[in-house]
Amino acid sequence: MSTLTAQGAPGADLSSRYYVAHHHPENGTLLGFWIYLMSDCLLFACLFAAYAVLGHSYAGGPTGAELFDLPLVALNTAFLLLSSITYGFAMIAAQGQKKNATLAWLAITGLFGAAFIYFEVYEFLHLIHEGAGPQRSGFLTAFFSLVGTHGLHVSSGIIWLVTLMIQVSKHGLGEANLRRLMCLSLFWHFLDVVWIGVFTFVYLMGVLP
Amino acid sequence: MSQPTDHLIFGRLGWDAIPYHEPILMATFAAVALGGLVVFALLTKYRLWGTLWRDWITSIDHKKIGIMYMILGLVMLLRGFADAVMMRMQQMVAFGDNAGFLPPHHYDQIFTAHGVIMIFFVAMPLVTGLMNYVVPLQIGARDVAFPFLNNFSFWMTTFGAILVMISLFVGEFARTGWLAYPPLSGILASPDVGVDYYIWSLQIAGVGTLLSGVNLVVTIVKMRAPGMSLMKMPVFTWTSLCTNVLIIAVFPVLTATLAMLSMDRMFGTNFFTNDLGGNPMMYVNLIWIWGHPEVYILVLPVFGVYSEVASTFSGKRLFGYTSMVYATVVITILSYLVWLHHFFTMGSGASVNSFFGITTMIISIPTGAKIFNWLFTMYKGRIRFELPMMWTVAFMCTFVVGGMTGVLLAVPPADFVLHNSLFLIAHFHNVIIGGVLFGLFAAINYWFPKAFGFKLDPFWGKISFWCWQVGFWITFVPVYVLGLMGVTRRVSHFDDLSLKPWFWAAGIGTAIIAVGVLAMLIQFGVSFMRRKQLRDVSGDPWNGRTLEWSTSSPPPEYNFAFTPVVHDNDTWADMKENKYQRPRSGFVDIHMPANTWAGFTIAALSAVCGFALIWHMWIIAVVFFFATVGATIVHTFNYKRDFYVKADHVAKVEGERTRMLESLA
Amino acid sequence: MSAHDHNHDHGHAVHAHGSMKDYVIGFVLSVILTAIPFWLVMNKVIEKSSTLGVVILALAAVQILVHMVYFLHMNTKSENGWNMLALIFTTVLVVILLSGSIWVMYHLNHNMMPGMAQGVGASAQTMRDMP
Repeated sequence: MSTLTAQGAPGADLSSRYYVAHHHPENGTLLGFWIYLMSDCLLFACLFAAYAVLGHSYAGGPTGAELFDLPLVALNTAFLLLSSITYGFAMIAAQGQKKNATLAWLAITGLFGAAFIYFEVYEFLHLIHEGAGPQRSGFLTAFFSLVGTHGLHVSSGIIWLVTLMIQVSKHGLGEANLRRLMCLSLFWHFLDVVWIGVFTFVYLMGVLP
Repeated sequence: MSQPTDHLIFGRLGWDAIPYHEPILMATFAAVALGGLVVFALLTKYRLWGTLWRDWITSIDHKKIGIMYMILGLVMLLRGFADAVMMRMQQMVAFGDNAGFLPPHHYDQIFTAHGVIMIFFVAMPLVTGLMNYVVPLQIGARDVAFPFLNNFSFWMTTFGAILVMISLFVGEFARTGWLAYPPLSGILASPDVGVDYYIWSLQIAGVGTLLSGVNLVVTIVKMRAPGMSLMKMPVFTWTSLCTNVLIIAVFPVLTATLAMLSMDRMFGTNFFTNDLGGNPMMYVNLIWIWGHPEVYILVLPVFGVYSEVASTFSGKRLFGYTSMVYATVVITILSYLVWLHHFFTMGSGASVNSFFGITTMIISIPTGAKIFNWLFTMYKGRIRFELPMMWTVAFMCTFVVGGMTGVLLAVPPADFVLHNSLFLIAHFHNVIIGGVLFGLFAAINYWFPKAFGFKLDPFWGKISFWCWQVGFWITFVPVYVLGLMGVTRRVSHFDDLSLKPWFWAAGIGTAIIAVGVLAMLIQFGVSFMRRKQLRDVSGDPWNGRTLEWSTSSPPPEYNFAFTPVVHDNDTWADMKENKYQRPRSGFVDIHMPANTWAGFTIAALSAVCGFALIWHMWIIAVVFFFATVGATIVHTFNYKRDFYVKADHVAKVEGERTRMLESLA
Repeated sequence: MSAHDHNHDHGHAVHAHGSMKDYVIGFVLSVILTAIPFWLVMNKVIEKSSTLGVVILALAAVQILVHMVYFLHMNTKSENGWNMLALIFTTVLVVILLSGSIWVMYHLNHNMMPGMAQGVGASAQTMRDMP
């Protein structure tokens, strides 16, 4: 923090009461990123709201019970949860300044994320092939957009992760890269939180009569 | 959706997109092209391109960015006002057999563009520019928390505005009204590019606004000078904090809702369609969840301006600082609980309508408290009627009337009669002009000397002021009357001749306002020419009370040689009372952020992508999307984004200022 | 470059650092809190849909809390309480947005969509029978 000079002794230089020579404000990146994530929360909330409103508008088409492959969803949930813990291990390695361990755990996280995306795309293509694409009904529109937006976020996270891996291997684990890793950490775990909402509200409740 | 007739590269863009057969548009294009060429020629002649790029386009200095936002807002004000003038003129003549000079196809684009431009590209940039310029100075900081992001946000907003302006000459704009309700804005009823221009310009500008919101919140939370607790912040900073919290909280809703609309249009999904399970009413619900807080985003900063101006020009501390802060926070929270009053008539029924009607009435209470606080601030003060104070008093009279018509509309049965009538139009113009615009004019006159080093000419300012006062009432009282008589909004032709005199009155009022706008432009010009006489030497031309007035006019790039330490509210007034002495030695190197090419470039690439999406130029859209992402990634590889202002340079600048201040004494 | 970085960041805020223990506890709890709802639904353990719905939503809420505490290191201290304030504020808004929209849309659908009397919450069978 900044130092204040003494005030008030008679004859002292009064102006020093009003200024300080050295002042470095605290870095705001993590708070800023957290606030951005809160705004992202609201974006997802809108998509959840749309799903809540349109979720039973089947328009004579297939319902969730008929379409959702719960074992596949369980597998994907496992991938995402595992990727969360491997990212945690990456953070611990990074804080311990272990560059290679960090990169290794990041790579594993990326692979789990890629697996998640692979199976999600597989699921989407399968649904479209069955005639249950996003244009079929309000329900399917809301489903594809909510789950798809989450998937787009995960994909962006993977691109960011790869970029960070390159930057860490080039520049090491300095202040800036540690900060970036922490931001990606917040992002990654946040996406897992959203996924809890998705698998509960969309998939599990979607198959209930 | 893609049509088989779409060209591979150019999508649905063709030569017929240019409006050869519309004389108004072709004349406008000629004027704009000519003006553009003149500017281009002058820049080349005086070799200013380098300066433009180095000192302005790539600048991350919050002061420069703030000024650029203000310029954007004022330029777009002229465009939006031109739209207003055209509508008034049409409504003065289009009766019976006379169809007027604007067919509905054209008229509908004008009222849509008028609303979109005024809200998104006039009011938002002006308010954002103000907060950008003033807040860091008021809290004793050297810049905002994320200077690069600040530059990027500005260019995203600007490119959004550019897309809207391009729609004038290439293709057309939306004909749906400024909120573009489906199914009218859906692909079946509006297959043309207009709604797409609307969507993509707002999506691009929206990203800028959201990031700007994050930036200012973190700035205020993290970068206040030592000793400045939250309850010692200037009120303008408080209102800026609440405004930016609102921005962060609601712009995602706009982004999501417009994205859903664009998916319906591009991919044939069923969010808001009439069949296959869509629900157009959901759009109205979601868009107003954004829309209501948006108007508070516009008005809260100017409430802060009024607080600063009222206390400065009454020579007194603001009355009821604590209650002002609480009122602002209460307004912020309540603004999320009133949105349905924008669609009482859509059919949600008595229980829902009553709830929202009551919350709407409750939200007027903290605003009322603020008005009383301003009045009590003025009471027994030594009031100086400089222009900022004049605009503030005008605001109090004008806004209160508009607020009262709002409370009237908050009663659902009354709203059932008056919804979408000209009464509604008069109400919101009353509060936006009387509240937001007058506040912006007060702020411009107040802080202009700080930004540019000379005051604005008071004579032309007063002409502008009086023209606005007279013109506003002559325009809008008839509009209130017409609304009470049952006239609907957005109508370009009438058969009832008894309405004509009222429209003529409104037209005359608009002409008076136009003189006021012209007077303001003249004010800028005359002030520049007379800048030596109007010079602000001390940096404190109004005997201000907050920290920005402790700097020179304009401030040095680093704002403060030494970070101030705060002991009380109205910090600068406190320092002056205690005979503060300027430091004369002991200057240190100052750490500052460096300029950036990336903000402008990424924004430009995203705008080209947006243009390509509008015209279904899919290949170009994909290429430019990846280019945008690529440029962003390249930017993140730049770790060297700062530099140091050397201590001897600081000493030199500060020494000059000390000498100038001593020459005044 | 790192030398430059180090004197740049004074006034370092306390960043919550996770420990191995935190991540493992969080992971195990999450696995349990995920497995239970999947098992409940896939095996139709509870008869009534609405009860089952409430149960799995409650489990989801708990798991979100687990993630917040163990993975996101949420506490009242980080960033001087601003993180927590932002989270609470966002939660309040999300609740208003979701409950407000559902309430409003339910009434709108009920009043304005004739023949779709059930609107939001209509059963799949009824919806399938719609023309």
